Amino acid sequence: MKQAFLNYYDITPVTTWIHETLCSVMPEGLAIFLESLAVGVIVLLMYAILAIILIYMERKVCAAFQCRIGPNRVGGKGGLLQVPADVIKILTKEIIHLKRADQLLYALAPFLVILASILTFSCLPWNNGAEILHMNIGILFVLAASSIGILGILLAGWSSNSKYTMIGAVRSGAMLISYELSIGITVLTMVMLSGTMDIQQIVYNQADGWNIFKGHIPAILAFVIYLIAGNAEANRGPFDLAEAEQELTAGYHTEYSGIHFGFFYLAEYLNLFITSGIAATLFLGGWMPLHIPGLDGFNAVMDYIPGIVWFLGKTFFVVFLLMWIKWTFPRLRIDQVLTLEWKYLMPLSLIVLVIMTACVVFGLVF
Amino acid sequence: MNITLLEAVFYVLSAIIAVCAVLTVTTGKILRSATYLLFVLFGTAGIYFLLGYTFLGAVQLMVYAGGIVVLYVFSILLTRSDKDMRYKIGKAKLVSALLTCGVGAALVIFLICTNTFAWTEIPQDIIELPAHKIGMDLIGTGKYQYILPFEVVSVLLLACMIGGILIARKH
Repeated sequence: MKQAFLNYYDITPVTTWIHETLCSVMPEGLAIFLESLAVGVIVLLMYAILAIILIYMERKVCAAFQCRIGPNRVGGKGGLLQVPADVIKILTKEIIHLKRADQLLYALAPFLVILASILTFSCLPWNNGAEILHMNIGILFVLAASSIGILGILLAGWSSNSKYTMIGAVRSGAMLISYELSIGITVLTMVMLSGTMDIQQIVYNQADGWNIFKGHIPAILAFVIYLIAGNAEANRGPFDLAEAEQELTAGYHTEYSGIHFGFFYLAEYLNLFITSGIAATLFLGGWMPLHIPGLDGFNAVMDYIPGIVWFLGKTFFVVFLLMWIKWTFPRLRIDQVLTLEWKYLMPLSLIVLVIMTACVVFGLVF
Repeated sequence: MNITLLEAVFYVLSAIIAVCAVLTVTTGKILRSATYLLFVLFGTAGIYFLLGYTFLGAVQLMVYAGGIVVLYVFSILLTRSDKDMRYKIGKAKLVSALLTCGVGAALVIFLICTNTFAWTEIPQDIIELPAHKIGMDLIGTGKYQYILPFEVVSVLLLACMIGGILIARKH
């Protein structure tokens, strides 16, 4: 389905041109290597910039829900330079080395967490033709790569050689493994509706209506389940019991300092963004503009808005929903968290999967 | 020597796999051993991606790196384990270990010598296997299709689950 309206902001011609220009002056292998390097730098830059935006947004949203103003001193009226100042502060802090801890694993753990986060981050569909890691089983790769982070958390908790980090790590490990099930099943539900695991193809299939409208009742149920499980997967409230301050100080990253702590912090915020981005892709159409069948003039106007604006808009909308949940509900206990998943969420997502299968088989989806 | 990008990636991955595999068995700490094993599995997944078999690569990451190694680490965390595993090894054990290693090495060298080494097998252009074909082959009944192993594995998993519930059940 290659329609003309999708091509206004297709960046494939630009990338092809860059590739051909590079190939004309050097061998193709070197060109691909340099391009990969450049794309990697762009991904890391976007990662850092989005983290700063998200942290600022979190502070402002949290303040609004608690009837406060939030950061307003540094950098003019809105406190815009507060987070960059914090970033500079965390970069200049000393990285401490623990005695009697396993040095290798202690140093490795933050990198495992951030590796998983960046791998999933680069699978997001940013724009037409702007997929970074593109493979025909894309969404399965996202699920696979995100499970690497659990290991980083477990290793961080164990190698810090402290009771608090150990309990925090085991708690969040158990929670993440449990909620992965619900995420996997809801993603499977949407794959069932789309008929493909290719992320760009999932987005293309939503040209005539987003999945949440196409799949009506089961899709909406799956969306709600995905948001709950995704919130837990990003280790955020009301599921942030890894860092229940009263009991565990800061959970698995208690003993980390400086930028190593920063990596965990970054990964947490970006996991929130990735969860929202995947939700926007699967349910709200990714970079696909809003189209209403029949209203051609409206559709044409919508097409003039670039895909990346749509994608970021939808993603930040879902991020706002998740922040709303975080600052509204109190933290759950560990047994409540696990009961919610194993006794309610997982059976419910299985039922939704069966309903969706029945709807697709009997042609009850649009 | 003129090597292509894919060959360079292959050699880097192979070096990672070889070094980490040796470190897995020589390190003295059990959790480090599990971590090195994780890198061996990452490398194997990388080789699957290199061959264009992205489905198997993702499953490798999901099942081994995200599942089995996490379970290993969990069980190490939840049980009392010695921090240091440098035990004394008896003579009989040493001889049998050396014998096993020798037989294994001989087998691998024999296989490499009788077949050509992997550099002729490195693809020069990655072609992804379509997911649809994998799915149809997994549940097909024809030649080179795998419905029977698929069903047998699912029965095995069911048996494992029932066993797990039976052990965990409170009396």
